[in-house]
Amino acid sequence: MREPLPLLVVDKLSVHLPCGDRIVRAIDEVSFTLQRGQTLALVGESGSGKSMLCRAIMGLVPGRALLPAPGRIVFAGQDLGALKASERAGLCGRRIGMVLQDPLSALNPVMKIGRQIAEPMRHHLGMSRDQARERSFELLRAVGIAQAETRIDCYPHQLSGGMRQRVVIAIALACEPQLLIADEPTTALDVTVQADILDLLARLQQERNMAMILVSHNLGVVAGRAHETAVMYAGRIVEQAPTDELFARMRMRYTRALFDAIPRLDDPAQAMLTAIGGQSPDLAALPDGCSFAPRCARAEARCSDQAPTLVSDGHARHRYACWFPCAVGANT
Amino acid sequence: MNRSDMLLRIENLAVEFPAGNRGRVRAVAGVSFDLARGEALGLVGESGCGKSSLARAIMQLPRPTSGTVAFDGEDLTALDAENLRSLRPRFQMIFQNPAASLNPLRTIGRTIEAPLRTLGRHDAAERTRLAREMMAAVGLDPLQFYERRPSQLSGGQCQRVSIARALMTEPRLLVCDEPVSSLDVSIQAQIINLLREVQQARGLSLLFISHDLAIVRHLCDRVAVMYLGKLCEVAPVGALFSAPHHPYSRALLAAIPRPDPKHRPAASDLLPGEPFSPMDSIEGCSFRARCPRATEECAVQQPELREMGAGHLVACHHPS
Repeated sequence: MREPLPLLVVDKLSVHLPCGDRIVRAIDEVSFTLQRGQTLALVGESGSGKSMLCRAIMGLVPGRALLPAPGRIVFAGQDLGALKASERAGLCGRRIGMVLQDPLSALNPVMKIGRQIAEPMRHHLGMSRDQARERSFELLRAVGIAQAETRIDCYPHQLSGGMRQRVVIAIALACEPQLLIADEPTTALDVTVQADILDLLARLQQERNMAMILVSHNLGVVAGRAHETAVMYAGRIVEQAPTDELFARMRMRYTRALFDAIPRLDDPAQAMLTAIGGQSPDLAALPDGCSFAPRCARAEARCSDQAPTLVSDGHARHRYACWFPCAVGANT
Repeated sequence: MNRSDMLLRIENLAVEFPAGNRGRVRAVAGVSFDLARGEALGLVGESGCGKSSLARAIMQLPRPTSGTVAFDGEDLTALDAENLRSLRPRFQMIFQNPAASLNPLRTIGRTIEAPLRTLGRHDAAERTRLAREMMAAVGLDPLQFYERRPSQLSGGQCQRVSIARALMTEPRLLVCDEPVSSLDVSIQAQIINLLREVQQARGLSLLFISHDLAIVRHLCDRVAVMYLGKLCEVAPVGALFSAPHHPYSRALLAAIPRPDPKHRPAASDLLPGEPFSPMDSIEGCSFRARCPRATEECAVQQPELREMGAGHLVACHHPS
């Protein structure tokens, strides 16, 4: 069976930021595709390029950023790089929605939430005030806010953190986007609210057959919530696979280390955690070889000389970049 | 445990803030607990439950509205400013946002030796030597980092600096307010391991505040769960995780994400109702608006902490 045309194609995308006389390689030749109705998780530490990748798709990279050829982002058959700024602006917020990490700074503190939800519909869809307000009620109900009639006239500070994030999701959904980008949507929230928000996103994604990119620094958050998971390190995807396959057979050493660092309830209490030593590399002075080699317990001479490329063995959709991958079956 | 083993005894501590014409916010509403020498106590609860207010009240930053904080037998709330100052080196604090709690203009070395300078301890050469020694102890190479400034450090490195600075005065108590919440999982593990190492090597008492129970389980001997200004369950780590009695503790435990695609954390069974705010004057149990087990009794009678096993205290009319 041939796969349908993907909704989103990111092909050899690089984002370089000139910084004085140095160049910060925030994203380095990242490629992936995303189908309608699928969720892709992007996982990695701060500075690995997850958020920059989301911003690049939204066209929100800083003005000085360079996007070297042949990098391309193709959304629904359209090369986004070829669009005029005004055409691009008409796309983002309308066909691509975004949910940011901190719901308090994503909302305007002096505007009632009803107006904030209505704004994209008025702007992009040309709805009247009344139409937009009517739709806002529906959206508030869809994201699980009880008493939408009174909540709609609240200011953000009158709502709890979880409630605010629901409002941000309602805004992102207002124009029925085909792609929803959720950049660490629960990092600023309490654990008790986290599961509710992630479930809500998953349900909306299914109901509306949206494609979703779910960003997190915690592998535990994306487990069971994404069809595919891509692990990023120092601006590159270092391992990517269907989520179940990834958790069953982690190959790249960094993925494994990230997994081991999560405090787990089935470890003996008060056991030492398996930390990853060292720091992420300086993106303006990346090592020649594998960028994880300086922190990798299994690195050998070859790792610091030669950068590994993404390869697959066994499972066609499981790609990883590692010279000395973890043995299959070593996870259990 | 007899009285002299206790480093910290907190009784009936309350913190209130004026809230303009809308009355008062009761951030901490009568909390009592003990902390033994060399013990690590985790304090967990969601944002707004009063964890940070409690930590600050212990530090006398600012002083609590009522209640006592006995540190090594001395009631800190009754001390005058001068006597309090002379005790401060013995209880230190680490804050959530490491970058914001460091002076951006000061070099790391000067930041770490600052407490000794303030106290007038040692001469300059000795202070520098001690600061370098401490940097090595928290995993910062003094040759590389002594002259750097906070902006040149990562979040994890900044938190190491905070820990080093707090340890310079050789405290007996370290209060850590969400010290790893702003860090990546991988770096989080480094800092947790470091805290555990220094706590054990120096026999420190640790009050570790977090909203993440999984982390607390790795670091602490005992856990106190806080909800809306009150403690609802206090138990040894093992007992809390194997048999939580309070419905709120159970919800917190169930919500922990696990790195296993087959285990999907269930959406919490907490009621979606509007929880109370610390501005409300609450009759009965403050958790009842969200509690799946609440009955009429809960609306009338406020549950007190009572013992349900060795060292296991629960404030609930219908514990499981």
